[in-house]
Amino acid sequence: MSVEPLLLTLVFGPLVGATLAGLFGRRLGDLVSMSVTTGLLFLSCGLAWDVFCGFWAGHSRPVTIEILPFINVGDFHSAWSIRLDTLSAVMLIVVTTVSALVHLYSWGYMADDPSKPRFFAYLSLFTFAMLMLVTAADFMQLFFGWEGVGLASYLLIGFWFKKDTASSAAIKAFVVNRVGDFGFALGIMTVFWMFHTIRFAELFPLIAAKQNATWSFIGQDWSALDLAGFLLFIGAMGKSAQFFLHTWLPDAMEGPTPVSALIHAATMVTAGVYMVCLLSPLYEHAPVARAIITVIGAITALFAATVGLAQNDIKRVIAYSTCSQLGYMFFAAGVGAYQAAMFHLFTHAFFKALLFLGAGSVIHGMHHEQDMRKMGAVGKFLPITYAVMVIGTIAITGLGIPIKGMEFGFAGFFSKDTILGAAYVAGEHSPYGYFAFCIGIFAAGLTAYYSWRLIFMTFNGTAKWGPHEDHGHDDAHAHDDHAHDDHAHDDHGHGHGDFKPHESPVVMLIPLFVLAAGAIGAGFLFAPSFVGEHREAFWQGAIFTAKSNEVLEKIESLPSWVGYLPLVVSVLGALVAIYFYLLREGLAKRIADNDGPLHRFLYNKWYFDELYQAVFVNGAKALGDLFWKGGDQKIIDGLGPNGFAWLAGFAGRQLGRIQSGLVYHYAFVMLLGVAGLLSYALWAFTH
Amino acid sequence: MSHILSLTTFAPIIGVLAILLLRLVAGKNGEEAAGRASLWVALSTTLATFALSVLMLANFDAHATGFQFTEDAPWFSVIHYAMGVDGISVLFVLLTTFLMPICILASWSSIKTRLVEYLIAFLVLETLMIGVFTSLDLVLFYVFFEFGLIPMFLIIGVWGGKNRVYAAYKFFLYTLLGSVLMLAAILSMTMIAHTTSIPALMQFHFAPELQIIFFLAFFASFAVKMPMWPVHTWLPDAHVEAPTAGSVILAGVLLKMGGYGFLRFSLPMFPQAATYFTPMIFALSAIAIVYTSLVAFRQTDMKKLIAYSSVAHMGFVTMGIFSGTLQGVQGAVFQMLSHGVISGALFLCVGVIYDRMHTREIAFYGGLADKMPWYAATFLLFTMGNVGLPGTSGFVGEILTMTGVYGSPSTAGTWTALVSASGVILSAVYALTLYKRVMYGNVTNPKLSGILDLDTREVAIFAPLIVSALALGVYPHLVFSFTDASVASLVTVWRAAVGG
Repeated sequence: MSVEPLLLTLVFGPLVGATLAGLFGRRLGDLVSMSVTTGLLFLSCGLAWDVFCGFWAGHSRPVTIEILPFINVGDFHSAWSIRLDTLSAVMLIVVTTVSALVHLYSWGYMADDPSKPRFFAYLSLFTFAMLMLVTAADFMQLFFGWEGVGLASYLLIGFWFKKDTASSAAIKAFVVNRVGDFGFALGIMTVFWMFHTIRFAELFPLIAAKQNATWSFIGQDWSALDLAGFLLFIGAMGKSAQFFLHTWLPDAMEGPTPVSALIHAATMVTAGVYMVCLLSPLYEHAPVARAIITVIGAITALFAATVGLAQNDIKRVIAYSTCSQLGYMFFAAGVGAYQAAMFHLFTHAFFKALLFLGAGSVIHGMHHEQDMRKMGAVGKFLPITYAVMVIGTIAITGLGIPIKGMEFGFAGFFSKDTILGAAYVAGEHSPYGYFAFCIGIFAAGLTAYYSWRLIFMTFNGTAKWGPHEDHGHDDAHAHDDHAHDDHAHDDHGHGHGDFKPHESPVVMLIPLFVLAAGAIGAGFLFAPSFVGEHREAFWQGAIFTAKSNEVLEKIESLPSWVGYLPLVVSVLGALVAIYFYLLREGLAKRIADNDGPLHRFLYNKWYFDELYQAVFVNGAKALGDLFWKGGDQKIIDGLGPNGFAWLAGFAGRQLGRIQSGLVYHYAFVMLLGVAGLLSYALWAFTH
Repeated sequence: MSHILSLTTFAPIIGVLAILLLRLVAGKNGEEAAGRASLWVALSTTLATFALSVLMLANFDAHATGFQFTEDAPWFSVIHYAMGVDGISVLFVLLTTFLMPICILASWSSIKTRLVEYLIAFLVLETLMIGVFTSLDLVLFYVFFEFGLIPMFLIIGVWGGKNRVYAAYKFFLYTLLGSVLMLAAILSMTMIAHTTSIPALMQFHFAPELQIIFFLAFFASFAVKMPMWPVHTWLPDAHVEAPTAGSVILAGVLLKMGGYGFLRFSLPMFPQAATYFTPMIFALSAIAIVYTSLVAFRQTDMKKLIAYSSVAHMGFVTMGIFSGTLQGVQGAVFQMLSHGVISGALFLCVGVIYDRMHTREIAFYGGLADKMPWYAATFLLFTMGNVGLPGTSGFVGEILTMTGVYGSPSTAGTWTALVSASGVILSAVYALTLYKRVMYGNVTNPKLSGILDLDTREVAIFAPLIVSALALGVYPHLVFSFTDASVASLVTVWRAAVGG
């Protein structure tokens, strides 16, 4: 039987679900909308695993199915297609698995929300766009998916649109992503004019020939492939929230927590990493662009980790953690270990989705409290959530046994250690690799600290909630998630007088179990295929590595201290967290209350928002006003029509004659005059 | 099929006659009833005209490059009544006839005074607009082009808002300035070439210095129509004062006459001059995109905001036309058609709440998404079209014009691509801010508490626009299949003429 209908179902099923729930949700009712979208997602997920297993077992070959022509003008050819290879198959399972689980989880998490069909429609729409992105065979469909997930992200961040912070965060996410897309679009154009094609299959074989070519852009000559690579990477920076274009991601936490898990942790934000790996044939020949990727990735890993140290909103800590982990993936790709980047993307999807959904479970159980300073001792009441969160934390901090030949650990241990090893290997030839390695090690310590801090502040220590809770919300970000929603308020009662945190319902726990299994097993189960001895057979050329690129080979022969170092810093970080939050509880709070300059700097996220607000937002407003009131009204209109009117009026008064007061009378007469003149002139010329 | 062009062009006049007859029969006391009946007459006339243009499209040979359905009869002197369409103009005819029934529906209950005259003005306008796209004689074109001013001028000046006289005056003054210069050029071209036939003039080689002068004269007219920066300031005023349907036609069709003019006259007749002025056009387009997007961001009146956004979007069109690449010109044609649908729809969206609340002040609104979910979804779709989201028709034109400009033989190309690409960021800023202020948040204005969602008539208005915006966005081949041959020959001829 043909595989085509199955693949079409895989990709377009979520679109069908989104359409049904979105357009007819109110008529179909909550239950039908939720069942249809969730059901179709699980179907997609099953099909995706089937596809993936084909590649994993090695009996599937890359294939591209063209469905319809898209934009076809001259050489500019694109088509709606489904491209399947190992790379897209990995993304397919990541996207559909997390999405299906998030759909299921949302049955519980969004139970009190009055707009469930709309929520599920958006989730499915997102999934569809993401599937289009990962199965694209050319830049146009890639861009469609790229911006399509941006739209879904915008809609979901602003899902509670009555809340001003939510709709502002939605716009911010869209606009910052557009800044990235600005570079991305220019990159696509550069590629097109350089190679006269935008189809990957045609493009890749042509790249090597342009190795040393130059390209003229905005009046300068650039190294052709580096320029293309850099411009495209700007797009990745926006989508994957890298340094400079990261500011939207923490704000995106205004969206419901399942959304954060799906879009802003596991899938959409990794699209940039996916794109860089997909374009490995380009980046392998673009050393400067790769150096930039390495440096930006490393800086992001460090920057986000430092900010994560000082945040108190449980979701924001995880958001910065995501940002930091994306930095790891980028510098892995930057040093040439694309497979390691994809591997970390894969494992990260499990443990980060787990952490987010776990946080969602806490928020749900804490009646929509997100400020960790108002938590503590929650572990007793949410034991399952506590357990899976600890699993997720072990996974992200990369705890494991790095003894050669008998490595064992949770998912993050395998992927993060491979990345750090790759950076170390690359560091033997390039300062950028060394830079990334040092930062990666340091950030690993910070990661351990903030991750365990989150666990301890939330689940351990003394309860900061309870009867004596005052209602002063001093932290603007830590609002009630459902502040707008009257129903939610009524259900949960007012005040915090006699409430007890409660464990989440089963529909929310099942996804946690599945993800926890992934966070434990995804590492050692898949390491041989992704980055280990089977990788050639596994990737089947979906990732291109130049002959000179031996990063992954050399990881095998690393000095053993390189393997132990991450473990050591990770344990150190954990110990510091234990000291501050378990042994000397309250110490950290006193330090924070002291509000020293370093704490303030980190708490305020290095003041990026303030800087951007002052420069870009206010700048745009000022320029807009200047052009409007100065340019249009004073200069253009003043010298143009108004000046003319004044002159005409002046002349009219001087003549002291006809003033009917209706300007269009004059205008009419003028038009008749023109028509008359035309007729006369033509007659005169031709006789 | 021999006279289908004349038939399509003048079909609306039959409707005019029918309405006049109705009015006559109804007598002095029957004004109200005549108005109601005239609405139905106008609607059926415009629908019939649309059907005619669809028939024409169905019989159009998309692979041929020349003009089709040609008609030619001597008029007076060298001037002929010559008509014909190629792959580009046939779609503009379709756009016009597509938008007209929507305009009539949009005016169904919002026009309270002189309904009969209003409908006549629209039907006459339709004939004149179609005529612009179908004439193959310079003078005939000029007549249609300029006389189109009168009904539009009346629509703004009679059925417009408070400041309509100023707006109508400004509209007229700007447009007239261009017309006079274009007229002078037409006369002198006729004297030199001894013909007014457009196909013949396309083959005629004017001396380069003459080309420069003619180019500038035509440019004055087309640049105002587009409108290009800095002769754009009439447009926001005209839009703000025009009734909703007037805005739809203004943005949807009248602006496109400028772009069409560049394609039909400036490029093929003055190729050397067009090349010479390309850097200037690029600069003006790039300025238009950034400048008007920033101005749009600061507007407090919804219609003004969309009007400024139109100017920015037309910037993509002008730069695409002069890019001298297939992608750029195709993109420009596509962008014009797409903008006709999307901006028309956005003005209709404003009309929906203007009809209910009689204000376009953004600050008056807020929280409508809760009260009007269908309206919110519709507005969102067209907002996304406006910001050029892939999947909507807005994207195709933008990416192709930018790509075309990037690859332009002019050295200013990549700079223009860079600047215009930043317009894509700015469009998101103003469009989403508008959407947020109108739709999101809580309803704080008590006057909005009883506001109703779209009714059946409004759904009927938006449905074809939604389908078009999405269909063109997903399957742009619908357009390219018609324009490919014509655009290819246009670009090849131009580049051959300038030796590029």
